[in-house]
Order: sequence, then C-alpha cells, then structure tokens
Amino acid sequence: MSPRPGFVLEVDRSTPPTLFMHGNGYRLEHLPVGSRIVYPPEPLPVVRDIDGAIRDALLHPVDSDPLPALLFPGMRLTIAFDDISLPLPPMRRPDVRQRVIEAVLDLAAEAGVDDVHLIAALALHRRMTEAELRHAVGDRVYDAFAPRGLLYNFDAEDPDALASLGETSQGEEVEISKRAAESDLLVYVNINLVAMDGGHKSTATGLASYRSLRHHHNVRTMQHSRSFMDQHRSELHSSNWRMGEVIRNAGVKIFQIETTLNNDTFPKPFDFLQKREWEWSLRDRSSYLASTKALARTPDRVRRSIFQSVLAPHNMTGVNAGDVEAVHELTTAKVMEQQLVHVEGQADILTLGLPHICPYNVHSVMNPILVMCTGLGYFFNLYRRRPLVREGGVLIVSHPTPWAFHPVHHPSYIDFFEEVLTETTDPLEIEKTYEQSFAEDEWYRHLYRTSYAYHGVHPFYMWYWGAHALQHLGGVIIVGGDAKAVRRLGFKPATTMGDALEMASDVVGRDPSLTHFHCPPLMLAEVT
Amino acid sequence: MIADALHGRRLLVTGATGFLGTALVERLLRSVPGCELVLLVRAGRRSTPQRRVQREVLRNDAFDRLRADLGDRFDEEAARRITVIAGDVGMDGLGLDDAGRAALASCDVAIHAAAAVAFDSPLDRAVEVNLLGPTRVAEALRSAGSTAHLVSVSTCYVAGNRRGRAGEVAVFDTPFGPKPSWRDEVAAARRARADTEAESRTPPLLARFAKEARAELGAAGIPLLASRAERFRETWVAHTMVEAGRARARALGWPDAYAYTKALGEQALCETRGDLPVTLVRPSIIESALAEPRPGWIRGFRMAEPVIITYARGLLKEFPGIPEGVVDVIPVDLVVAAVIDAAARGPKPTPAPAIVQVASGSANPLRYRHLVDMVHDWFSQHPLYDAKGQPIVVPRWSFPGRGRVQHQLQRAVRAIDLAEKALGALPLRGSQARWAADLEERRAEASRALDYVELYGAYAETEAVFAVDELLARWSTLDATDQASFGYDPGVVDWDHYVTQVHLPSVVEHARVRVTPGSRTGPSRSQRLRDRVLAPERHLAAFDLENTLVASNVVDSYSWLATRRLPPDERLRFALRTLAEAPALLALDRQDRGDFLRHFYRRFEGAPVAQLEEDATQLLSHLLLTKSFPAGIRRVRQHRRLGHRTVLITGALDVVVERNLAPLFDDIVCARMSPQASRGDRGGPRWNGELTGAPPTGEARAQAMADYAEAEGLRLEEAVAYADSASDLPMLEAVGFPVAVNPEIRLAAVARKRGWLVEQWSKSPGGPRPLLPIGPVTQRTSFARRPAATAAVAERGRDR
Repeated sequence: MSPRPGFVLEVDRSTPPTLFMHGNGYRLEHLPVGSRIVYPPEPLPVVRDIDGAIRDALLHPVDSDPLPALLFPGMRLTIAFDDISLPLPPMRRPDVRQRVIEAVLDLAAEAGVDDVHLIAALALHRRMTEAELRHAVGDRVYDAFAPRGLLYNFDAEDPDALASLGETSQGEEVEISKRAAESDLLVYVNINLVAMDGGHKSTATGLASYRSLRHHHNVRTMQHSRSFMDQHRSELHSSNWRMGEVIRNAGVKIFQIETTLNNDTFPKPFDFLQKREWEWSLRDRSSYLASTKALARTPDRVRRSIFQSVLAPHNMTGVNAGDVEAVHELTTAKVMEQQLVHVEGQADILTLGLPHICPYNVHSVMNPILVMCTGLGYFFNLYRRRPLVREGGVLIVSHPTPWAFHPVHHPSYIDFFEEVLTETTDPLEIEKTYEQSFAEDEWYRHLYRTSYAYHGVHPFYMWYWGAHALQHLGGVIIVGGDAKAVRRLGFKPATTMGDALEMASDVVGRDPSLTHFHCPPLMLAEVT
Repeated sequence: MIADALHGRRLLVTGATGFLGTALVERLLRSVPGCELVLLVRAGRRSTPQRRVQREVLRNDAFDRLRADLGDRFDEEAARRITVIAGDVGMDGLGLDDAGRAALASCDVAIHAAAAVAFDSPLDRAVEVNLLGPTRVAEALRSAGSTAHLVSVSTCYVAGNRRGRAGEVAVFDTPFGPKPSWRDEVAAARRARADTEAESRTPPLLARFAKEARAELGAAGIPLLASRAERFRETWVAHTMVEAGRARARALGWPDAYAYTKALGEQALCETRGDLPVTLVRPSIIESALAEPRPGWIRGFRMAEPVIITYARGLLKEFPGIPEGVVDVIPVDLVVAAVIDAAARGPKPTPAPAIVQVASGSANPLRYRHLVDMVHDWFSQHPLYDAKGQPIVVPRWSFPGRGRVQHQLQRAVRAIDLAEKALGALPLRGSQARWAADLEERRAEASRALDYVELYGAYAETEAVFAVDELLARWSTLDATDQASFGYDPGVVDWDHYVTQVHLPSVVEHARVRVTPGSRTGPSRSQRLRDRVLAPERHLAAFDLENTLVASNVVDSYSWLATRRLPPDERLRFALRTLAEAPALLALDRQDRGDFLRHFYRRFEGAPVAQLEEDATQLLSHLLLTKSFPAGIRRVRQHRRLGHRTVLITGALDVVVERNLAPLFDDIVCARMSPQASRGDRGGPRWNGELTGAPPTGEARAQAMADYAEAEGLRLEEAVAYADSASDLPMLEAVGFPVAVNPEIRLAAVARKRGWLVEQWSKSPGGPRPLLPIGPVTQRTSFARRPAATAAVAERGRDR
C-alpha cells in the first residue's frame, strides 16, 4: 500500500482534540470548529538494499565520472560530512553517513588512495564529541582515522586551516577549509532532511568561516528568503550558489553524495505522535495517557534525557551522487515527494507545537533563543510561495520555553540572552550593534575551538533566522512557556491555548481563520 | 536680665560637641549677644579641635535659626565670639598648652558639660571623665589663677536607686546608703583596668580569643586571625570593664556606672574646689527640645530614642517598668536655660555649692503608663513600615518585672546562639547561608532588646521623685522678659503635646526608618553597589575560581583527572572512596587552606605530565564549563570590556586553569607543581606532587594581589575582588571593592556587617549534572590506579 499524501483537515464537532508537541512532552488541544489542520504525508518506503543503492550511486553518478574514475594513488582525498545537526532526531545505527563513507573508503582503498581526511562539516556549530562522531561514521571508521588525527571537526577559527578562494560577483568572500580546497577530490556526504539542506550550501556553508558566512547569514538575506526552504526564492541559496561557483572556478572538485530520509520520526511506542488523532488505536490512546501522566511526574532533567535519547526509525529513501547541482535537483524532488502538502489560502492564525529538538540542541537543552529560531525560523519557513499565515497575522507556539541554557554548548547564547535581548529584539539593531563583538570574542573563540561550544556569533544567526517571520507577523504568543523568558524574547506568554486565542483576537479580530501545522513529522506547505 | 548679666563676659564651655553642649553654645550665641565663648574641645583622631567645632557644632541643624537670623554674618560672628582651645577633661591639667591656660584664665564663668554619658561606659573611662572631670576643671581654673564661677552639669540620678523624695542636697547628705571614698574608687578603677588587661593576656583567654576568631573567620590566614583575636581581646577587656562599672555601681546603690561616677564626681568637686565658687546643675533624662532652637531638635540617639525606635519596629515585645511610676524627662532647652541662668546669677553666697535639679517628676510628673500608651497610640497611627512596605503593628506591654523580661530574653539569645552554632558547623553557602543571616539578625535583635532592658530598665523602674524647690525659687525671681526667653519651668510642658507633636516626630525623622508604605523605588542597594563595582574608574578585578566562578573544587578536578583513564567499576569505587574522605578533607580545609592544598596535591605524585595536560583540556568542558556560573564569567568579561585588568587568583593547579581559562583573564596566579627530575626519562616527565611555592590562599592571596597591583602600577583602593569563603578575607579586605559570591556562612556574616556587595550566582539550569566528578570512559590507564612505576611500565607496553 503506498503511503497516503499530506492532508488538510477541517475541524468539526466530531474532531478529536489535536496533538501539539510541547518540548519534552505533548498535549492535546481543542481547536475551534472551522480550523484547519495540516498533516504531513506518511513515510515513504525505505530503499530496500541501502548499501547496494549507495554503491550504485557512486558507480553511476549524475553528470560526473564514476567515483572510481576520480580516484588515483597518491591523491589527496577529503570526505566531509554533515554534523550533529542532521538528521533530527538522530537516526539509529548504522547512520546513513557511516554507510556512505564506508562505501567511499572501500573504493578509495581499491584505488590505492592513502591520503584521506574526514572532516565534520560543522561551520560555526559546536564540535562533535567522540561518541557523536562514532555514531555518525561508525566505530570502524572512527578507530581507523581518529587516533591518527585524520578524522576531525572542522575548525573555522584556525587561520592555518582556511583557504581564501576569492569573491563572488557580489563581493562575497569565499573562505573554506584549506584541506578541502587543496584536495584533489572533495567528497561531501550529506543528509538532506529538509529542502534547505544540500547543494552548494553543503560546502559553501558547512566548511566555511565566519568571514564567508556573514555574507548570507544576516538579516537582509533572511528577510529576502521567502522562504529559505524554497531555493528558487531564497537569497540564502542564491548566495551559496554564487559561492559554489567560486569554489568550482577555483578548481575544487566536489563529488556530492546526497541522501534523503523518510519522515518516520518516532519509534514505538511513541509512533502515535505521527498518526492522525482520529486514527489512534486503543493502544495509542493508552500510550498517550500513560506517557503524559508519567512525564508530568518526571523532573525536567530526566524528561529531557528521555527525549534526547530518542533515536528515529527514519531511513534512506534515496541517494544521488555526482555533480552538485544535478544531484541536488534530484534530491530536492525526492524531499518534495516526502514532504510537500498543498494548502489553500493563508490563515489569520498559525499554531505550532514545537518538539524537544532542533538542529542546535542535540544532547542539549532547547533554550529560549532556540525556541524562537525553531518556531519563527524553521517551522514558519516550511512553506513555498506564501507563508501559512497572512501578513500581520498571529503565530501561536506551544513550548515550555524554559529559562535554561547548556553552559558548555551555548555560552554565547546565555550572554546574548542577558546582554543583547535585554536591550533590543530588533534583528537589524542587534546585527548592527552587537554581532561583531560576539563574533570576534576571544573567549567564545576559545570555547568553540577547544570545548564544545557554538561559535560566539551563532545566537545571532538564530535570531536572524526568525527575521522574516518577525517582519511578517503581527504578534507571537507562546503557550505554556516560562513567562519571563517569553517576554525577554519579545513575545507574549499565555497559559492555555484558549487564552492565546483570546489574546490573538486583539490583533486579528474576533472570528479569525486558523491553521495548525501538525509538524513533526516534517513537511513543507505549498500555499496557494 | 540674664543677657545683661552675661554681657561682656567670657564663658568657658566643655562638652560643646555633645547634645547639651551644642544647645548651650547655640543659645548663648543667639540669646546672649554680649558674651564670648571659650570652647574646650578634644582633638579628634584626624581633626583639630577647631575643625571639630566647625563640623560637629556649628554645622549642626541647631544653628539653622541663628544662621537665618545672621545671614552672611554668621561665620564672622562665630569666629569673633568663639575661641577654641584643645583640651581633654580626662587628662590631668586638662592637657592644656600655654595659650589654652591663658584663655582659661580669661574666663569669668566655666560651664562643665562634658561627660561620658553612655550608661555602659567602661568603669575606668567613666571614672576618668565623670568622676575626675569636674575636679580637673576646677583644678585647672585655680592653677591658672582664676576664680571663675564653675557651673558643673551633673544628673539627678546621683541620688541612686532610692524611693521617694530626692532633694537638692549634696550626694552624701542623706542618712541612707554607703559613703564610699572617691579616691579609693579612682584607685580601684585604675587597678581594675590593669588587672583586666593582664588577665586578658593569660594563655587560657588568649586561646579562647584565637578559637573565637577561627570560628568566625575560618581558615583566613594567620595575620587576619591574629588581628581578629586581638580585637576579641580588646572587646573582652572593654566588656569586662563595663561589667565592672555596672557591678560596682549596683553594689553601692546606683543604677549604673554613669550615675555612680557622676555622684562621686560631685563629691570630689566639693572636696577639692577650695575657694572656687561652684553651682551644680542636675538635669534628669534630657530629651528633645520643647521650643528652642526649634521644637523637637535633638542630637544623637541617646537613651529613650533607640528604645522607642526598636519598639516601633516591633522588636521590643515587652519592657520592664512600673506603670504608675514617674519617668523623669526634661526637654533640653529647659536645661540649657537653667544652666545659663545659673551662670548669669553667679554663685550662692553660702559656703556649700548651690545645687539646682532640673527635673519634671515633682512639678509635672509624666507617668510611665501614660507615656507607653501615648507611644503605642502614636505608632499605631503613624506606623513604621517593614522591608516589604507593610505597616508594623506595635505590641502592647504588660509591664512584667525586669527580672522576668531579662530572663525571657536571655533564654531566647541562648537558644539562637545554639542554633547558630549548629548551622555554622554545616557547609552551607549561597542562598542557604541566608538562614544563618536570618538567625543572626534575630539574635542581634534579641540581644539588643536585652541590652536595652539591662541598661534602661532601671530608669523605667525608678521611684525617686526629684525635688525642684531651688529651681522653682530661682524661676520666681526672674523678670517677665527672662521668663519668656529663658523658660525652664518644668510645669509648662504639656506632655501629650510634647510626646506626640514634638518628640516622637523628631525621633522618627532622625531614625533612618521607613515611614511610607509600598515598595521602594529606584535602584536597589545591590544594584547601586554593583554599579560602583562596574564603574570605569575601577582598574583591577581579581577573581577566585572555586565556588566563585565554578561550583567545583580541587577535589573534583583531582577526582576527574584521576578517574579519566580508569575502567568503569574502578572509577565508581575511586569516587566513593574520595567521597568517604570528604569530612576529613573538609576539616583540614577549615584548619588551613594552604596545608590542605599541599596535602592534596601530593596525590599527583607520579602523574605523567603530558597525560595530565591532555586530560586537562577535556576538563574545561566536562567540569569547568559544566559547573560554571555563567553570570560570573559574564562579570569577568564585563570588567574586561570596561578596560579593567582581570586576574584569576586561585589555589587550583596551573595545569587545570592556565590553558583552559587563559582567554578570560589578563593574568592567572595559581598553584604550580614541578615535574620530577629523576624519572623524566621513563615515559616522559612526571609530577612530583610538590608545589613550587606557597599556594595563593589566605594572606598569601592578599599578598599576591598586592604584589601584582604594585608591579602593574595599580591601586588596590580601586580594585575589585570576588571570592566565596572566609579564607579569602585577606584578599577581600585588601581591596576597595570586595564582592562576596555565594558566600559561606562566615563570609556572609562579614559581608553583611560591612555592607559588601553579595552576588548569588548559580549554575545554568540547562546543563548536565553529573552525580560524581568522574571522567568519561577512555581506554587508557590512570595515574591513580597503580603505583607510578607499574603505570609507567604498562603505558610503555601499550605504546609499543
């Protein structure tokens, strides 16, 4: 039976309450009659012989010679791979990156290549720990390369490890990993979870330094990316594509391998979280009841570790290798096949239930800035053509938004929250006044390089990610959040969904239309 | 006319900086324009007598009226009419120089108003000032060849604890009570001082003071503990002398040392005055002015005022007193007028000195119950407000006996003491230390109440009625003008009006208490202190590490490093073993932090240098950052942004802090360990577990700070220091702007007393909370598992 496509439900009297993810928990809410709920398509089937499909892609690439033809003894080969921010939640072992890297290494070994480096392409994200690297590339690869210093995290602040490749037609500096730039072949191993990922963004962003990133990670770019999930209308992608051209013209040969996953997000017995509520079985209902009761009695810290230990059952639906642009076109089509849902018309109110995880809090805590980024950055932008909510409409987000930060992963976030957001929440003002001092701060640089901290400038990018939504929306309400933290973000706290709807009526009037975006599992709304 | 009688006269006044003296000087300047004044004033610690008169007398608000009258001429007039001479009534010959003696000789009248008025003065001090003071003034006058009229201010309470009428007669001119010799009492008081000083230096007491100092400050380093112990000794001496004074006074039938020494002082003066004409003026309890210089004027918080305010704050649940008894209160301006009248009138032609009592008890009695009711009602209508802005309800007294009140309070103080000791033995810090603060505050309140009861209770229970026949006789001879401008008839005081309209508003105005409801506006005290700490003028900020910036200690970091390479089962065993040792380590730490560190760092003996350095970089993420106080780290960075030099001064090891925290600080001062020379060849150098110098703890930390400041050309007065424990006191005391971070109980107490900024910094709520400080699993061996030699062998084997 082929999976059912996405679906828009109109709430009537018989509709059961709707599931909202709520951080390290979930709740059921009654939405007003007439509201619409957007459900994602069901998971696509997984490729049956994954290793075979990978090998086939490497041997029959798109617009490129087969990989073996690109490999020769004495060459410098660099394999870069996506970091801990992908996929979400982390997938069960073996990770698809491990499978791809092992296949590439097998071919390299056959070709007699012995100068191989593996680099976690983390740009300004935190370094991956040993355990995380082992999970991504597998123990065999880790033990063979890491002890000899051949498997490592990219360091965007090591001046000796960066190469400047010139500027784009628009004056954007391109500075990426020197090892990657000077290799005879760069193989990029990607996981394309959402439409934003992959393509030239893989190398031009994942292996780039702040000097390069600041040209597209800024407020102007974000406000002109409508949305950044739609690469044809995204200034973010235009800039990355320009940079990709510079990289190609500089003679860097890239063999891009992109994989796509289905949206099978929650393992049993939590799989009810991705079912449509009226289809919940008796077991699903009792799972919901039992788990919500148990979670309510569990301390935050324990609840967080339960959720952070969730490994998703999602797996590979496709793999393409070869030329960056040609590969990415195929990949994007596959992502759309899994995620695209057609929605007619915009609503006055958009409601979202944010889950426990976003790309930047794996094995960590979703701090208030990440709540803003996930809600107004990622989820809001999961659209093509038009946002789900009309201009001047209200976004209602359900998330506990705790006043909590990971002291190792997010030190600059804490200071951003305490020193910047207390002064202003205006992205342009923040960019103008504060970005440089955080970006060039020695302490943050030290923590990024030697500890496991996101770069000093990273919280700014999180804020910019929401800049388009901030510009578009007439108000943001967070349900069930820490009131002080929510106010610090510049949003309004509400205790219940009912209160939030009541508050929203100040902006959108007494009889608003409402769309609930039932995500996760991930989807992309095509709004006509 | 009084003003005419004193026209062209020079008057010597002692005690001009006191309550009565200030009023006297003001009144003489304003109401007797023809007189000149010679003020005998003691030099202050840092200021000359002239300066003291300028600042402490002429700038007092008593002179506001005169300033308004004279306008610009005030200073000129004051300079013309006032001569200040340096002198001390506690010294023989008053400590005068030739100029002083000449000025003294030129006086026609001497008003002696200097006294040690505290009821709890040490015995010898009260004796020197109150008992010998009048005699010394008389002696100085006579030896200067003066025959000036000496008006000596005494007190009604020289009559002692008697019941019934106390007349205006010489102290011993009564059939009751003992008649001690004042000379014997002086000798005994001086001997008591010498004996007490000697006793305070005996080994058992010195040991006790040292123990108390340690209990208060912990391992604060020898110099600081020594000076604290010396302070305890001085306090003990003072306390013993106070007790001696009170005991002696009570033994002889006086309520306290003040009345007792004043009584003997009168006696001594009468015996030694020779031909010098003397008038004794004895006021009762002097309180705020009825009318002059303005209603309610008062200087200093003296006797009834602190009791009233403490009551109004709801802290005096009970107070002794005889409800139908008389509280003999007299407004200051009445006393001033009576003194000036005595000066103008000249001596009595009789051989015995004239004695004038200025009191209200017999002419216009104020009953104790009436007073208490008025105070209660007034504060019910005009309540003070607590810190939250709620009105404070004042209690109603039931007038139990003094013994009972005292007993209850003593029991309360003892109970709180016990609880405080119990709490002090626990290793509390941060917000938990606030329990101790609450307890300490309550003990302070209870013991203050106890003090008041012990000191002033007798005055509320006095049953003597002071005769004012002489006063009234003098009053009746005054003409109408003098009666109008120098009123001292106690009968004119309308007590209801005086207490509720004059005195209480004035007391409340002078006390720094909240009289408006609602919460405070404007920045909080902490915020103001913080702003000062973060002012651009500061130029050096020193930080302790453990429990100031990071919720961790040397035991944690050692344990982490040691277990980093142990297999899981042994890691747990190791951590538990270290935990079991914790109490012993804690005790050693309390004894002396330097010793503790040395003892502890010895455990690193044989640890391979390279391995430790490699592991220490991991320690940054796993321990230092995980347990960091983000607000603390932000503060370091704030200081840096302001251009302040930032220094980390810590007893932690160089390998732990130096590379990991370098970008945060301009400089790092820490404990350093040196590698063993002999084993250097086997598997790289190893640590020998010995420090290369004294670890920067206690006074060494203060010294390190001072050295650093000197080397860098910075001033400690403009420096800020952050630390968490009493062992850091030397460093905190050395700087101009100390900040206590999550202070443990003893430091919290010190910080509170001295008004230091206290910061409560906590770990980030989103971070991991490892239960035990043990490193993550790796496959390599630990230096702590096996003796160094086998570990080295094992490691070499592995490397091959």
